[in-house]
Amino acid sequence: MDQQHTIPPLKKEALLDLYRRMRLARRFEETVNDLYLQGRIPSTLHLAIGQEATAAGALQCLRPGDTVFSTHRPHAHALAHGVSPHAMMAELMAKSTGTCKGKGGSMHIGDFARGFVPAIAIVGGNVPIAAGAALAATLQGSDAVTLCFFGDGAANEGAWHEGVNIAAIWRLPVVFVCENNLYAASTPFQEAFSIAHVADRAVAYGIPGVVVDGNDVLAVHAATSAAVARARSGEGPTLLECLTYRLCGHSRSDPRTYRTQQEEKEWQERDPLPNFVAWLTAGGHFTPEALQAVDQQIEAILADAIAFAEASPSPEPMSLYEDVYA
Amino acid sequence: MAEMTIAEALRQALREEMRRDPRVFLLGEDIGVPGGFGGAFTVTLGLAEEFGRQRVRDTPISEAAIAGVAIGAALCGMRPVADVQYSDFLFNMMDQLVNQAAKLRYMSAGALAVPMVMRAPVGATARGAQHAQSPEAFFTHVPGLKVVAPATAYDAKGLLKAAIRDDNPVLFFEHKLLYGSKGARSEKGAVSPKGEVPDEEYIVPIGEATVRRAGKDVTIVASLLMLYRALEAAEVLAQEGIEAEVIDPRTLVPFDKERVLHSVKKTGRLVIVEEDNLTNGWGAEVAAWMADEAFVWLDAPIKRVAAPDVPPPFAPILEQHYVPSTARVVDTVRSLFGAY
Repeated sequence: MDQQHTIPPLKKEALLDLYRRMRLARRFEETVNDLYLQGRIPSTLHLAIGQEATAAGALQCLRPGDTVFSTHRPHAHALAHGVSPHAMMAELMAKSTGTCKGKGGSMHIGDFARGFVPAIAIVGGNVPIAAGAALAATLQGSDAVTLCFFGDGAANEGAWHEGVNIAAIWRLPVVFVCENNLYAASTPFQEAFSIAHVADRAVAYGIPGVVVDGNDVLAVHAATSAAVARARSGEGPTLLECLTYRLCGHSRSDPRTYRTQQEEKEWQERDPLPNFVAWLTAGGHFTPEALQAVDQQIEAILADAIAFAEASPSPEPMSLYEDVYA
Repeated sequence: MAEMTIAEALRQALREEMRRDPRVFLLGEDIGVPGGFGGAFTVTLGLAEEFGRQRVRDTPISEAAIAGVAIGAALCGMRPVADVQYSDFLFNMMDQLVNQAAKLRYMSAGALAVPMVMRAPVGATARGAQHAQSPEAFFTHVPGLKVVAPATAYDAKGLLKAAIRDDNPVLFFEHKLLYGSKGARSEKGAVSPKGEVPDEEYIVPIGEATVRRAGKDVTIVASLLMLYRALEAAEVLAQEGIEAEVIDPRTLVPFDKERVLHSVKKTGRLVIVEEDNLTNGWGAEVAAWMADEAFVWLDAPIKRVAAPDVPPPFAPILEQHYVPSTARVVDTVRSLFGAY
């Protein structure tokens, strides 16, 4: 990974916090994958294993009062933003103590009180809504920023173009973060784009387009910091493209036969988590023992989250009828 | 009391709500451009001058963005009122309305609220098939949305104020031939009912139908332009000794079933009039409810008068055959007497 990170210089606590966010997301998803295979979680799961650096690096740049929009693949975003792993585990297990009381599931994880909008799972559908959230901040005289995640596939939805354009013409305080993991489900990037990068489209809307190594958490952090600062100071949106890779399938039923083993092996070597560990320890920032202490805390949190979720009741059947209208 | 058109009543509602609540703002195409026409039907004329173009926001021709921005702003504490230039353009924003606005509250288990209004003009007015539909029924099928359709100036103002204050997404349908838009934006063949609007503050609650004409022999349910056809039909029928009770539902979701049920128990006959295509219209649902709940009181089959299952045509002669006429309503009511 790129070692040349000078802007902004992160303090030790911030570095450890980035590691904690990434590690929690990784271990949460490995754990829920196991639980799914054991039949303890219903439905399907869209995991973000391999993409944690983008989630952690981007979201550490926000502050309370800011708003986050996520996608059908929201676990890493939510955990990196501080959504309770207990409530998330309960939601995945369809319990009444879940983030959405069992009405949302994996694809709609959220915690609006914390600024994390329950995730929107229609590809590209969150982009104009994020523009609206940013407009609300502007009209309210707040300097809050909205950060909106989406995948490369979303950039071919009409709503994406309309949302980016309206944010651009109104100079709204929003940061559009594209997690380009090279595949829209199974469709390779180059089959769906005649350009090299999603960020190339920024020029069409008159906003900055930035491409960054999405597996380099410090690079993501630096680029997002700049985009957030720009948004907060009223200069308008940025399209930030983070190049990354799913080290897992698109969803639970994906055997990944559309990718070569060679390609997967190359990206395995670029796995953001061990690379960040190597950087943290080789750079003398932390001892392996210090990181292991974090790991142990995370394992305890996950064990506790599972126990909490399994002990939680299912939703009352009559709650089916609640929350349709305010 | 002042007499005014529906366009004027709507404008007054917007002005009063914007003065009352700083969270209310307007967005849409051509609504506040200096020198423009105040939306396609003049409803927002003059509002940008009073409230500024931050609160009367002209958008690009981007319906998905109009809806999405409204949703996002509503989630974050604002009360957007979007001007959908023609209701046909609601189909450009269906994901935002059906997958997002209608469902965000439910799938977040009540954490989110989407208090927004989509104002959308309906009705066939010699513009061909894509600027003429009456798509209210599409939205009555979606839990989480409210659907309102006022036919008088009094209701237009009172219901729009109620819709703006409602904490849910409201589809607010207005009829092009009822606005009373003036000047270059006036409509040929318009009914343009003027009505008394009180000077003092009032709202019309969402979800309450009203009886426009009392009668004992047959119940006619009709909204928007069709209300006026039904009232004309009732005049003709009265000459023949048939006293029709005409009900204006005013709100399609939630629908005031009790008001219709009460009337049908009295008259024993029910005719529903819609400008939309016949199949699976909201009238079909009203007919099904009444078949279920009023069966023993019915003296004749429930009848629907609606446009045929073809797209709205252009030629005025074709359009006259498309939009239900007063004569069709009269004939349909007549058919319920005698043989039964």
